[in-house]
Amino acid sequence: MEGRIVIVGAGTAGMEAAGQLARSGFLVTLIEKETTTGGHVKNWYHLFPDRRDSSEVISYLDARINHENITLLTGKTVDRIENNHGSFLVSTNDGSDIKADAIVLSTGFDLFRSERKEEYGYGIYDNVITSADLEKMFRKGEIKKHNEETPEKIGIVHCVGSRDEKVGNLYCSKLCCVTAVKQAMEIKEYISNAKVFCFYMDMRMGGAHYEELYRESQEKYGINYIRGKVSEVSENINNKLVIKVEDTLAGRPLKMELDMLVLMAGMEMSDGAENIAESAGLTIGENHFFSPVDNHFGSNKGNMEGIFYAGTCTAPMNITETISHARSSVLEVIGYMNKDVR
Amino acid sequence: MKTEGKKKIWSEYQKEIADDHFFYVRSCIRQSFFPGSEQFFLHFMRNVLEKDVYENPSHTTCTGIGYHGDIVPLSTIMTVVARHFALMKEAGYKNIAISCVTSFGIYTEIIETWKHYPEELKKTREYLFKATGREFDIPENMAHTSDIIYKFRNEIAAKAKNLLVNKKTGEPLNVIEHIGCHYSKMFPKYGVGGAEFPNVLGGMIEAWGGRVVDYPERRHCCGFGFRQYLVQANRGYSLSNSVKKFNSMKPYKPDLILTNCPGCNMFMDKWQYTMKEMDGTVYGDNGESIPVLTYEELAGLVMGYNPWDLGVQYHMVQSEPLLRKIGIDYEPDNKFKTKDGRQMPVPKNLINV
Repeated sequence: MEGRIVIVGAGTAGMEAAGQLARSGFLVTLIEKETTTGGHVKNWYHLFPDRRDSSEVISYLDARINHENITLLTGKTVDRIENNHGSFLVSTNDGSDIKADAIVLSTGFDLFRSERKEEYGYGIYDNVITSADLEKMFRKGEIKKHNEETPEKIGIVHCVGSRDEKVGNLYCSKLCCVTAVKQAMEIKEYISNAKVFCFYMDMRMGGAHYEELYRESQEKYGINYIRGKVSEVSENINNKLVIKVEDTLAGRPLKMELDMLVLMAGMEMSDGAENIAESAGLTIGENHFFSPVDNHFGSNKGNMEGIFYAGTCTAPMNITETISHARSSVLEVIGYMNKDVR
Repeated sequence: MKTEGKKKIWSEYQKEIADDHFFYVRSCIRQSFFPGSEQFFLHFMRNVLEKDVYENPSHTTCTGIGYHGDIVPLSTIMTVVARHFALMKEAGYKNIAISCVTSFGIYTEIIETWKHYPEELKKTREYLFKATGREFDIPENMAHTSDIIYKFRNEIAAKAKNLLVNKKTGEPLNVIEHIGCHYSKMFPKYGVGGAEFPNVLGGMIEAWGGRVVDYPERRHCCGFGFRQYLVQANRGYSLSNSVKKFNSMKPYKPDLILTNCPGCNMFMDKWQYTMKEMDGTVYGDNGESIPVLTYEELAGLVMGYNPWDLGVQYHMVQSEPLLRKIGIDYEPDNKFKTKDGRQMPVPKNLINV
């Protein structure tokens, strides 16, 4: 098969799609705004549910894009996409114009900026961190407070920036619950005497093996799950965090001192993708992600012929789903190129 | 704690505060409880900064206390507020300066309601016109008077004769700031610094040399909470809320509580008296209670005005320990004398005397 495909975003979805399309004979230009590929996965240490080291996924993806048909452009952003009767011109921030017969957008997601939940004091209180910050500690091999002491009492807040009308995100980010469970267990592995409390609205353990992980976290690791949202965080004179939360099962407010609080930051449409959507006239859904033409039969198709979506640029997904979605986008591209409907 | 994080939040909540030509609406209770506060504001604005501040004697209560006490309906309070706007329009003003935080909350709530439910605005226009024949415009700029003092805090600092510094130790005074729930908790965009890490009072404290105390119950209600107090059977809740705050701030050895709202000042002042009477508990350092001042009183002290002219003696918790720390001279014998030297009755059971 012949044709020029531009893929925007070299995270899991983009790398998987690039590998498949290159092996199908297309000439692929893979554009990545960061200086390295791999997206968010490279920032995670172990992955749920099987605690696989994320470097294994990165190695797999690196191997996928190691192909002569792939031109990788890193450190470049897409400023504009123009469609001239099915022939696309993709303009990047360095002034280059790249011609394409079809485009796959795999722009991924941005982590919710937890500073926006002002009541949690992220960026103000030293020992309020995010799930991404905790992964960095796992990678480093130690969990320490800002003063280098080992925390003993740790809280985890679910749904930070998700299912939250106040920040404008009504959707569930889907992965935060299982991430919290995984991270709570890992904390216990690093600090065996730690007390870990997860504050949740609902435990949404919909993926394969998630529920089992949740059970294991309680039975083997003694993680405490408290149904209720944290309403505010402050710091006392001993530099301990003080949280207020409503325990909705006990039906009463709860106040607790903690050494560390971990915020499960949700997923949002990436900034760069919003610019692309605006320049190319692509539809954005209620969840602020790209809106495919059909949720059941066209989840990879954009509202413009020849533009396809792969992965979390359309909705939160885990890695398994992202890879599957990327592969289905490849099928859609092949079908489009074969029909030559341009 | 990272101050940079707070500054980032503050930068997102910088409301526009008019510079001049204000239509001033007073509080129902501030003139009784803190008689020097509004007087100082008007003096400072008109005579020191030479700004135009107009007040109309026909303006009334906003009925906020009745509204929060469930005896004034929403349509009534909207019409009362609309009448104030009509007086403002008739006088040719577009910037409103509101002295009371309860009123400020009422005004913001009503303006936001009209924005989201234009049919309510239409109804209010009809009610006001039928009742009074008046018409009104929504203010172009709405500020609480603390916003205005915040805006001019550096001008006050430039004229400072006293800083919020312990004269003996050279250390900044530890100041508790309490903005009041109705200042920005409902609509953070209307408050300087938002709701979670507000900066309207904090900005004044820092500009005048003090240190803002960030204590765990900083955001908690002062204890007024309207129905907690207005319903007599609930008053235990009112006191327990205040005590929760006092216990939380006590370890920081506060030198002063600075308030934004008349209700907050009253409760944080008078419940300290109550606790001392009940079981002898005090929350300040050295066996003293913590003076509770308004931002106008504090601005006046910083600028070197006579404390008794500012009316600081009309709180239950007396301010002498604070005056001594700052190094402000005062004449004890003149504390309850009129300006022409007549002795007024001396209140009983004042604390910190």
